[in-house]
Amino acid sequence: MPETAETIRLEVLRYRPEEDSEPVWQGYDVPLRSDWMVLDGLNYIKDTLDGSLSYRWACRMGVCGSCGMMVNGTPTLTCASYLSALAPGPIRVEPLRGFPIVRDLVIDLHDFLDKLKSVKPWLLRTEEPPLAAGEHLQTPEQLAEYKPYSMCINCMLCYAACPIYALEPGFVGPAAIALAQRYNLDSRDQGAAERLDVLSQHEGIWACTFVGECSAVCPKGVDPAGAIQRYKVGATADWWRSVLMPWGAR
Amino acid sequence: MNPAYRPYHPKWHRDRMPIFWWLGQAAYVKFIVRELTSLAVGYAALLLLAEVWALDRGAAAHARFLRFLAAPPVVAFHVVVCAALLFHTVTWLNLAPKALVVRLGGKRLPDGAVVAGHYLLWLLASGVIVWWLRGGL
Repeated sequence: MPETAETIRLEVLRYRPEEDSEPVWQGYDVPLRSDWMVLDGLNYIKDTLDGSLSYRWACRMGVCGSCGMMVNGTPTLTCASYLSALAPGPIRVEPLRGFPIVRDLVIDLHDFLDKLKSVKPWLLRTEEPPLAAGEHLQTPEQLAEYKPYSMCINCMLCYAACPIYALEPGFVGPAAIALAQRYNLDSRDQGAAERLDVLSQHEGIWACTFVGECSAVCPKGVDPAGAIQRYKVGATADWWRSVLMPWGAR
Repeated sequence: MNPAYRPYHPKWHRDRMPIFWWLGQAAYVKFIVRELTSLAVGYAALLLLAEVWALDRGAAAHARFLRFLAAPPVVAFHVVVCAALLFHTVTWLNLAPKALVVRLGGKRLPDGAVVAGHYLLWLLASGVIVWWLRGGL
């Protein structure tokens, strides 16, 4: 690998549970190459400077959602953030905010995975037409309804950007609610009523105070804040309908 | 596993949110200011109720209320309240398209049109009130 004379400093938050009682900053100088991302800098540290640094990554192309970290205080996919754009540095790299730190830049993501599962993010059917009836066809308009929400890669940047999640850990959170909406808005799905119990509780949509940063940091343009506000409007309309027209079907 | 249940893990590090967490970033400051300016909305509503109450108590009470409103410190305070109301209104109306999906002829209206519609309604309501105050009814 060709070296460059120029370097940039990465300040990385380290936490080694066997020796640190608190996370500590550690600085590393890495080559400032024009084609390097922050993740390349971390890989350089791991390969040549300090093999004990722990962090998650996989695809290096903004698809797997593994390498999300706080870069200079903003939740960022480190594989999609150029070192040169952050020059002259130093660049501060921390684990995603709001999650427990397991080690260095590795966070525990069980809470998110449990919440994701709780909204049943898959197609739910109450009745199945016979196979002979053929496929569930969708028009381009029906696809456009939910497609933006289906782009979520579960990178959890939206959780790290959400102060409500950090303050109220029970909050179901942006990505899980956006993914619930992804299925609620799918013409093939019949599970909206089943998801209502999780979404309409206080720790579902109502804990959201519409800070909006979840949508601002989303690398896939999913707009979880929009999904939550749309769900609030729908849930409120349903409630009024049930009060004003109790005889009508919900 | 029940999502509310997490086994205690002594080796994890958990950060506490500092009380001034929102000072670190412009977007968070804007959010907090938007939330705080809702107090100005509540105040404006109470002020209107107070005027109705003064009117109900007779012409003298209402004149006293108007003199209170004209006092310089009260005017200065109300200029600040008015600025807060405008900030709240503008930031709120700009967020409207996030919550509202309006369809015309099967097509979703662009966000700009939803915002413009809200501003038009605001102007229309303000115009009707001004017309009414100037003896239009």
